[in-house]
Amino acid sequence: MNQEPPAGRGARQAPLPAGAPRVVPVRHPGRWVAAAVLALLGVMLVHSLFFSHVDIGGVRRERFEWSVIDHYLFNPAVMQGVRNTILLTVIAMVGGVVIGVLLAVMRLSPNPIVSGFAWVYIWFFRGTPVLVQLLFWFAAGYLFPTFTIGVPFGPALFHIDLNATLTPMVAASIGLSLNEGAYMSEIVRAGIVSVDEGQLEAAQTLGMSRLKAMRLVVLPQAMRVIIPPTGNETISMLKTTSLASVVTVQELTFAVEQIAAANYKTVPLYIDASIWYLVVTTVMMVGQYYLERYYARGSVRQLPPTPWQQIRSGAFLRPGRGRYGRFPGVIGGEWAPVLAGQDEGVL
Amino acid sequence: MPEHGPRDLMVQAQAVSKHFGALQVLRGINLEVKRGEVMCIIGPSGSGKSTFLRCINHLEKVDGGRLMVDGQMVGYREHGGRVYELKDREVCRRRAEVGMVFQHFNLFPHMTALQNVTVGPVKVKGETRAQAEQRGRELLARVGLADKVDAYPRQLSGGQQQRVAIARALGMQPKLMLFDEPTSALDPELVGDVLQVMRQLAEDGMTMVVVTHEIGFAREVGDSLVFMDGGVVVESGVPREVLANPSQERTKAFLSRIL
Ligand SMILES: Nc1ncnc2c1ncn2[C@@H]1O[C@H](COP(=O)(O)OP(=O)(O)OP(=O)(O)O)[C@@H](O)[C@H]1O
Ligand SMILES: [Mg+2]
Repeated sequence: MNQEPPAGRGARQAPLPAGAPRVVPVRHPGRWVAAAVLALLGVMLVHSLFFSHVDIGGVRRERFEWSVIDHYLFNPAVMQGVRNTILLTVIAMVGGVVIGVLLAVMRLSPNPIVSGFAWVYIWFFRGTPVLVQLLFWFAAGYLFPTFTIGVPFGPALFHIDLNATLTPMVAASIGLSLNEGAYMSEIVRAGIVSVDEGQLEAAQTLGMSRLKAMRLVVLPQAMRVIIPPTGNETISMLKTTSLASVVTVQELTFAVEQIAAANYKTVPLYIDASIWYLVVTTVMMVGQYYLERYYARGSVRQLPPTPWQQIRSGAFLRPGRGRYGRFPGVIGGEWAPVLAGQDEGVL
Repeated sequence: MPEHGPRDLMVQAQAVSKHFGALQVLRGINLEVKRGEVMCIIGPSGSGKSTFLRCINHLEKVDGGRLMVDGQMVGYREHGGRVYELKDREVCRRRAEVGMVFQHFNLFPHMTALQNVTVGPVKVKGETRAQAEQRGRELLARVGLADKVDAYPRQLSGGQQQRVAIARALGMQPKLMLFDEPTSALDPELVGDVLQVMRQLAEDGMTMVVVTHEIGFAREVGDSLVFMDGGVVVESGVPREVLANPSQERTKAFLSRIL
């Protein structure tokens, strides 16, 4: 592939004085060969996806049945599945992050009972399959039709009818949140310990309690370390929600499975589901990019322009000529050298 | 020295000792800092200077002797002939009354200079934002950074960062300021600005304990000078006298190395 030279270099060369020898740039024949091979493979892929046919029982038809894919892409049941999948992902991640932050702070608590509790929680929820946890919460309505907190053998203080409350959606939300909390807590803990201890001390000398210092000083700085793996978790969760189909939640995978069970168009329908998963993932990655940008404030001297700002300034059209060079893309991770503190060098 | 009662004392250390595991870092520190006094502490690396400062602020727990700040035992409350360990909330309340400035500034990088100065007053003392910001701006102006209120720490030079850190500590209106080698991490040409701010603070009557290697500052601004080595106070007195004719061999050896 044709790689751009690093930003700035080679972009604006000073004119050579008259009589100076002509400079012959290094040639890269290997790149052209690689590009040709990849282009050929690309054409083959496009042909196979969109223009090829198969014979089944003497009937010639489109290999991937794009007409079927197209027909079901915006099917109401599929759309309902997309909505439920997004809803479940958001609930599970919000729940997971809240539980994760609490567990991480507990895990780092000087109180051994508090940190021990966090340890046991993480041990249990990471150590058992999430599918089993989902099935448990689904079955909990039958195992414990009612849930009562009260004095043993005495009056009840709190009472709910679990059989009615634990709908499939609620059971899946609880199960995924509790499970995600265990994983998130380790990510949050990694973020917290990455913040210099001097920050906690400086906050304490201002009279802040440990919790206040965590909330106002340590966690905001830990965010830079926490966000990239949390983006990972969110995208992973988007797909994990398909497990909720086993407890009859009408999410995306379940929706296409039901349609396919009736018309046997299994592959096109799974492609429909994949298209939607990709669309949602893309939106999430853009969101992550802006979130990382927000939490990078103060850790870089000057934020690079967003891709949108670069498009408007035309930097994209003139690779290597923009003030910042070409922006590597939307995918999180291009910030790594910037965040590592080598900002001036990179910008 | 004139007679004075304990009411005049801001810091009073009697046989203060501190261990880290098997290592005894403080071996019976005795010293007194009067209200309004500027005490400078010098001594070789590892002699326990930082540890002692951190004990005053209860960032470290003293494990022997008595350490009093403003007439109250650090970390404890005396009542009816008994000594009670303080609850966390009380420890925080007392810490809020003592400012501390670190060698590496420890500014909050995700906050602007002004936010660094106002976060304590607003979130700890419960002042209104408007009130805290007004005083924050005054303080930043006082340390010569009126034009940097909205800058993030990374956008400031080391000397400017340290002056923000001083303003941040002053924002809490402390009765005592602790400085732990505030200029050691700075380029030589930036040291002067920070020392100038500290000198002004001393003239305004702030009680200060300053661990420093700036002998000139200690001589001109300090009211007293303490030389620490091996976890004890080896020698103390008026800076000019201690520096001109130290009475202890160890002090002489140390001064000959750094002067
Ligand atoms: N948290 C700790 N755990 C174990 N040992 C410690 C700890 N903090 C300090 N020490 C040790 O205590 C001794 C005194 O340290 P301290 O930081 O007080 O010295 P200092 O006089 O401030 O030195 P410097 O001039 O280098 O800052 C050193 O030997 C140090 O290694
Ligand atoms: Mg020190």
